[in-house]
Amino acid sequence: MSRSLKKGPYVDERLLAKVEKQGRSTSREPIKTWARDCTIVPDFIGQTFMIHNGRQFTKLFVTEDMVGHKLGEFSPTRTFRGHSGGKAKK
Amino acid sequence: MPRILGVDLPNDKATHISLRYIYGIGPTTSLELCEKAKVDPLRKARDLSDEEIARIATFLDREYTVEGQLRRQIQQNIARLRDIGAYRGSRHRRGLPCRGQRTKTNARTRKGPRKTVAGKKGVKEMR
Repeated sequence: MSRSLKKGPYVDERLLAKVEKQGRSTSREPIKTWARDCTIVPDFIGQTFMIHNGRQFTKLFVTEDMVGHKLGEFSPTRTFRGHSGGKAKK
Repeated sequence: MPRILGVDLPNDKATHISLRYIYGIGPTTSLELCEKAKVDPLRKARDLSDEEIARIATFLDREYTVEGQLRRQIQQNIARLRDIGAYRGSRHRRGLPCRGQRTKTNARTRKGPRKTVAGKKGVKEMR
């Protein structure tokens, strides 16, 4: 079920505050974050994030197309290295 | 046989059924369309006059995305997911379900026919 429109998108408040702080100054340092469930809002465009995937931080430069998605969608949590004998498949 | 939007040749079923042969028109939109174009949905499609067909065509043109245009739109949406490197995009790339379904079993629609792997547990009993 999708989120109620009444509530608006879920944005991690502390992350938003950080983005705004960086937006005012011109520094563009990657923001480290664990808030994978945070929606990407237009304010995030042009920022670089380091999104935790449980082990490492994935670097992500936010573009316009990504608005409306969650940060976690861009930082895969699973590594699939293929099945055993996967090479045999033609 | 009436012809709407070039390629579609709905047959001699009731109008609201034959309209569904157009890609992007389902039960709901089909009835909506009949109402807007003031066509009796239960009349056979072969009895439609040229004028009625023209009316249906104009409404289709103006209010709905169908056929090639719709197909293109869907492809673009998928391409967008791929390009931005989203999880759903990578699932599309691999031909796996994107909405969190299990893939240990089932998911045959996305994965296609079973590819039996030799030596895997359970293969012997299957024969």
